[in-house]
Amino acid sequence: MNVLSVEHLTYTYSVGTPFEHIAVEDVSFDIEKGDFIGIIGHTGSGKSTLLQMLNGLLKPTKGIVKLYDNDIWEKPKEIRKIRFNIGLVFQYPEYQLFEETVYKDIAFGPTNMGLSEDKIKESVINAAKFVSLPLEYMDKSPFDLSGGEKRRAAIAGVVAMDPDILILDEPTAGLDPIGRDVLLSQICSYHKQRGNTVILVSHSMEDVARVCDKVLVMNKSKMIMFDTTKKVFSREDELNSIGLRVPQVTHITDKLIDNGIKLDKGILTVEEAVEQITERLKKEGKL
Amino acid sequence: MEFITAQNISFKYETEENTSEISKNVLDNISFSIKKGEFVAIVGHNGSGKSTIAKHLNAMLVPSLGKVYVDGMDTSDEDMTSLIRRKVGLVLQNPDNQLVASIVEEDVAFGPENLGIDPKEIRKRVDEALKAVDMYEYRLHAPFKLSGGQKQRVAIAGIIAIEPDCIVLDEPTAMLDPKGRKEVLDTIIRLNREKGITVVMVTHFMEEAVLADKVYVIDNGKLLTSGTPYDVFSQVELLKRHRLDVPQATEICYQLRARGVDISKLPLTDDECVKLLLEVFR
Repeated sequence: MNVLSVEHLTYTYSVGTPFEHIAVEDVSFDIEKGDFIGIIGHTGSGKSTLLQMLNGLLKPTKGIVKLYDNDIWEKPKEIRKIRFNIGLVFQYPEYQLFEETVYKDIAFGPTNMGLSEDKIKESVINAAKFVSLPLEYMDKSPFDLSGGEKRRAAIAGVVAMDPDILILDEPTAGLDPIGRDVLLSQICSYHKQRGNTVILVSHSMEDVARVCDKVLVMNKSKMIMFDTTKKVFSREDELNSIGLRVPQVTHITDKLIDNGIKLDKGILTVEEAVEQITERLKKEGKL
Repeated sequence: MEFITAQNISFKYETEENTSEISKNVLDNISFSIKKGEFVAIVGHNGSGKSTIAKHLNAMLVPSLGKVYVDGMDTSDEDMTSLIRRKVGLVLQNPDNQLVASIVEEDVAFGPENLGIDPKEIRKRVDEALKAVDMYEYRLHAPFKLSGGQKQRVAIAGIIAIEPDCIVLDEPTAMLDPKGRKEVLDTIIRLNREKGITVVMVTHFMEEAVLADKVYVIDNGKLLTSGTPYDVFSQVELLKRHRLDVPQATEICYQLRARGVDISKLPLTDDECVKLLLEVFR
């Protein structure tokens, strides 16, 4: 079932002025329920504009965004409700914390949804658990948390609305390796346990290769690829030609393939590479 | 020749009054030395103390115990502070927090102006600095309109205009996209190789640390290990135990070796790894 369908989506900034600029041009794709999608592309390729159209922050110049087959702009006055269903976590979300306590900050979304006190409490606690924020932090000021904790609190604020689709714009930017690993595995377990759709924008090809089922590639306002992670990263030359790269391990195994070693195209993880290389060596009687 | 020497330095932040919390050492008995012209990388997790070390190198912080000497000058001697900061410039993580003027070239001129340098000389230095970071054609632009990588290069130019012997960069690429990261990294390497400027770069990207002459790994305020990138990254077990990253090229060969493949020297880069694996298949 398609949870989100996008048809001929176009967004033009400053229409009718000398600054007119097409940020997203004629993009169409379908996302099934439970998909874990990665979006990659250079800064300025149109990723952020696309995300903002997906949750109704920007109204497309042309084209339709459908949530469960309904145009999200059918009743423009109710667009706010769409954002409860399609939750967007911005880049550096920790700069958007504003409440007196962590609890109030995470509760902001559910409160606006008009949930009962009990329901709000339940969603806040569940969301905090998902991002591993200790419950004793709930009464602290969000500004007393560390950088990584602030970011997790901000993500919890969106998770608390239990959106069908969770969109994260570079959630690991600026985190150190531990912070990155922890956050990524929390997002993965959120995806697994709730079976919800997750869309992740990232500059780290290694992270995308590790967690995403499918990858959407943006280049100069256009969507140029949308396929399984394996198939997208098998197209190294094309990705290189638009200034993107593949994960280091994919690059290494591709080079081996070019030199006549028989391995699968589009190897995504170190484990997979080690497995295949050992197999191959055994077959050739070299191990 | 040793340019910066740290002798058994420990550091703790002063505790606020009326709190019962006992602050622990952010740095715990660390010693190292940096030679003129060297490219040194300091790696470690957030909170490991790596940025605290960076701030010790130009007297932004002085050690609670031990001594840091910059070109023979003791950083705890306040009379030397301004001289030390002329020799060692510091570039921070967030480019938006470092630019002060509304035009790029004025921003770069800020440092030398404060040093009271002759205007003609300032003009010359600003032009040279902007050329060195490849931002000369943007000299009349407004900094806020530049990309992250461009802003960071302007910040570096502002430091170069002071003509320091050494630049310390605290995670200069952490907030940049891959393109910006490459621009900044290429600039840093060029300054080191072509202008002979000593570079100390704090980073948690191992693929950046691989480019250095020497790597110091800091964990929990202590020096975990140090050496050439090869020395450091061949200690895969140690790094993994402290949950630090190893380049995928190194990791693949490390795991293959564990499965009995004959690999003596672990590679650091993709090309080395490919070459090595082709040998194995031959």
